[in-house]
This record gives sequence, C-alpha cells and structure tokens, in this order.
Amino acid sequence: MRVAVLIKQVPDTDQVRMDEVTGTLVREGAAAVPNLLDLHALSALAGWFSENTQLSVTAISMGPPAAVRALREALAMGAHEAVLLSDRAFAGADTWATALTLAAALRLLGPFDLVLCGEKATDGETGQVGPEAAVLLGLPFATRVRQAEFEPAIDGTRVVTVTRELEDGGDRVRLPLPCLLTVTAAACPLGLPTLDGKKRARRATIRQLDAAALGLAPVEVGLAGSPTRVVRVERPVLRRQTRQYAPGDAEAGLDDLLDTLARLGLRPSDDPGAR
Amino acid sequence: MRILVLGEFHRGAPATSTIELALVAARLTGDPLDCAVLLIGAGPLASPPLPVPLVTVEHPSCARFEAGLHARVLAAAVRELDPAIVLAAATSAGRSVLPAAAASLRCGLTADCTGLSLDPLTGDLLQVRPAFGGSVMATIASPGSRPQLATVRPRSLPVPATWRPVTACRRLTLPESTFDTLGVTALGAFSSPGLDHALESADVIVAGGRGLRRAAGFGMLSELAHLLNGSVAASRSAVEAGWIGHEHQVGLSGRVVSPRLYVAVGISGAVQHLAGMRTSGTVVAINRDPRAPIMQAADLALVGDAWVLVPNLIERLRRGGGLT
Repeated sequence: MRVAVLIKQVPDTDQVRMDEVTGTLVREGAAAVPNLLDLHALSALAGWFSENTQLSVTAISMGPPAAVRALREALAMGAHEAVLLSDRAFAGADTWATALTLAAALRLLGPFDLVLCGEKATDGETGQVGPEAAVLLGLPFATRVRQAEFEPAIDGTRVVTVTRELEDGGDRVRLPLPCLLTVTAAACPLGLPTLDGKKRARRATIRQLDAAALGLAPVEVGLAGSPTRVVRVERPVLRRQTRQYAPGDAEAGLDDLLDTLARLGLRPSDDPGAR
Repeated sequence: MRILVLGEFHRGAPATSTIELALVAARLTGDPLDCAVLLIGAGPLASPPLPVPLVTVEHPSCARFEAGLHARVLAAAVRELDPAIVLAAATSAGRSVLPAAAASLRCGLTADCTGLSLDPLTGDLLQVRPAFGGSVMATIASPGSRPQLATVRPRSLPVPATWRPVTACRRLTLPESTFDTLGVTALGAFSSPGLDHALESADVIVAGGRGLRRAAGFGMLSELAHLLNGSVAASRSAVEAGWIGHEHQVGLSGRVVSPRLYVAVGISGAVQHLAGMRTSGTVVAINRDPRAPIMQAADLALVGDAWVLVPNLIERLRRGGGLT
C-alpha cells in the first residue's frame, strides 16, 4: 500500500497573539508548524491498517525551503519519506494552482493507492485543495472523513467505506482505491513522534522538486497560474465593550444576562411544569 | 443566465440556505429570471416555490448525495447553461462539490464568502471572505476567468423576508457519461443525537470547556441550551478530555459558527477557539478567571464557578425571570 499524505505548513495558532487594540489576530512572529489536521490524517493510518499491512507513506508539502521542518515532523510521526515542492514560481498560489502542483507531484511520485490530507488548513480554511487535486488526478474522493474501514480486495479492487462528519450527523460512502480522503480531527487522536521516527527525521534527506521537475511551466503555477486574485485586504475591528461582574456581583450579572436574553428576544422554551 | 445556484434539499424541501442564495443572486443581477437554482436528484423532482427559476437534473444514480457525482453534474450543467457566476452555500455539501466542479471547469473558487458584490465596470464578482478566524477580510476576484465560483456562508448576507415565488422550471438532460459514479456508492446519511440544530445554523450556542471540570457539566449545559432553544458546543480541550464528541468542537480545528448568542462556559478562550466564534452576535462568558482571554472577547463576562452560576441561571430561566 503506497500512501501519500499532503502536509501544509501554517502559522502556529497557539502562538498567534491577539492585538489588544484592534482585536485582530497577529500572525507575525508565530512559528511555522504542520497543519494539525494533516497530521491527524497521518496519525489515522496506524488505526486504519493492521501492523501486517505493508505501508509506505510519502509526505508531500508545497512551500518555501523552510517547510522542510513540517516534513521532518511528518517523518518523526511515521512517514517513510518526504518530498518538498519548492520553487519561487509557486509563491502566491491559490487553491487551484496549489492543487495543480500537488497533482503533478502525485503523478510523478505515484501511483499511490491512497492520498490523504486534513479537511482544511487552519490558516486559509478553504478545504478546497483536496477535492481539487482529486479531480485533477481523476480520483474519487470523500471529504470530512472521521472513520474508514478498508476491506480486502474484491476482483482485484480494494474498497474503503468511510463515515463523514456533516452538520447534523454524517453519511457513509464506499469508494474504490485509489482515492483521496480529507479527514477531520475525529479520525484519530494525534499521534506522538516516536524515538525511531525522530532519528529517521534527523537523518532523512528530503527530496526537493521544482516546477521544471514536475513538468510545469512557470505560468501554470503560483500567482501566475491562479485564477483568483486578492484585490483588497482589510483588518476589521472586532472589539467588544465588556461588562464584567465579579463573583460578589453574581446576582447583578445574572440580572444583566437575563435582560440581555430578553433584548435578544430569546425566551425559554415553553415548559408548563416550570410556571 | 448570469447566476446559477447549486440547490440543496433539507428534509425533501429546498434548504433555507438555497432560498437565501437565490435571493442573493436575484439582488446581484437585479433580475430573478436571469438566475436559476439547480436541484439534482433521482427524480421526478417536485417544483417547489423559489424566488428564481428552477433547473432540475434527474437521474437514478443521483438518489443519494455524493460530492464527486454532484460535482460532475454541476460542471456539465454549467457547460450547458453558461452562467457567469456559480454559487453554493458554504455547507459541508457545497464545500465538497464546488472545489471538484471548479477543478473540472478549470476555474477559480473562493471559499466561505460573507460578502458579494459586482464590479460595475468589469462585471467581476467581488467576494469578501474572512481569513484566519475573521481577523482579516480579503476581497477576492477572478478577473478574466469565467465562470466565477464561490461558496457563501449561510446567514451572512442580508435577504428580504418576503419574496415573489417564480414557477418557471426546466428539466435539463445531460449526456449519460455525466452520471458515471467512478465506482463510488453513497450509503446514506444519519443524524447525530444532540445535534438537533446544526451548529452552523443555530441561533443560540451554549459551549463548554475544561473549566467545567467534569463531563457532567455538559448535562447542565444541555439543559441551558434546551431552555434557550440552542445547541451545545465545546472547546478543543473538552473534546480532547472525552467529555463530548468532536462534532461539537468550535474553533480552527472544528467548526466556525456565528450564532446570535454564544455562551462560553469554562472556556479560557485560546485563539484557536476564538477564531471559531468571534463573529457571533452577543458573546457571554462565564469563567473563574477574570483575566481569561474569553472575558475580553465577551460582551458580558461573569466571573465565578460554572457549577454555581449555570444552575442559578437555569433556575431563574425556569421561573421565567428576566422576561418582559
């Protein structure tokens, strides 16, 4: 079984500060870390496959040279090899250009039986790259997967039945392999780097591929290859005037809260027994 | 046709988010008849009243929702109808179907927009979307790329309360090859107990965190949520403690919500949580630590123990206190 896990490097949200004046989040200075949901995807593999399954896991990231750190973390957590897609021409890519680049890498490094990534990245929060890459590769896909059961091959085709997490419940989908799955945090608790993994991560040489190696022209990738453009960026002020009540003023605080509920028109649901 | 809206069903009828988007489309174009809602199903589909004309695609293989198949149907319908803009609600369905359709149409897509307008000169769709938990609002356009695709966060755009139903309906016939399932079978949907109202569409959310100190705290919060006709949510640490399922998690690695009222109980307010709820209407925080970040992010902050304040609040709501 050859598995590819797509890893995005994002600013560490635990280090992101809140600007006291504007109430906005300050990303500058936050360390770059692997997107947590991508690591959940990597961790999920251990639960989905028995130890007898021969797994070969390739972590792939598109990003600046510094993104090797995210890939080393993936290696420490169980990936067997890591490949960095890095080229100045990749800068400014939107989800389409990112998916195109990742799809080219998956084609070059493949074939893979399974492609995994997080349901979304914690910075852009679009969740688009997974399904876009799947379609570019002609692969069936399922998003928001929280559970996956791989069944033995029937007529040479392996199938997986996944449970997806939806707004008010979920659904189940059966897909043939190869396919692409995007996973939620519920798929698996985050694994820990192993001692072996850490050693391997330190020693590993991380292969780097640029646009030419992927057979992509500079106009197809990065900002040049992106149909969407950011035309304006605003930092909205979202600061609230807090009314705070100390423990000694609990009754006054609850009065205020009940007034607030009344102002919002939020009445308790009818309960005849309570009146 | 200028705008095509990907329709969704909710319990057999067009979803509220679909009607909302049809109204947004009608407002953008100024002409409801220049827009359409696409409904995909096994057929025959009823033609429910909508603010814009309906286009249906009926095929036995579309009996159940499957994102890849729906995306191929949407892409084929787009090639047939040639709209300048394609919109879908930023629901789990819309956000799975549109990227796949965008990839096969080779065009741009903007996720989770909270504002839409048309550039009067170029006709470009100006799409406003929050990034990084709403601390940055980016306006995005796809100059020269058509069609322009966007998913739109439900309940984020103003729509008129009343509208005139349009009865026009057209059944679209697409090439049989469109309906190739690629071997994928949708096995059906189920609903989770405790998620009576999807968090994304809830008016009121009562959320709990590590400060509840034990799983039973969520029983208390469920009671409060029930009294307020709301849903129960949780912070990442409460989910990681195993007190409640991940489907209730609000934050960057969970769901992004924007209810009219958000009550945070025993939640410290890590950035990763705030990013998932900071655009809520009114925020109430109950916490023992007066300096917890959530207290600064709230309109009303009560310092104290959740196990004292919440039962007290429930009791007063039951008595009908505070209602005028």
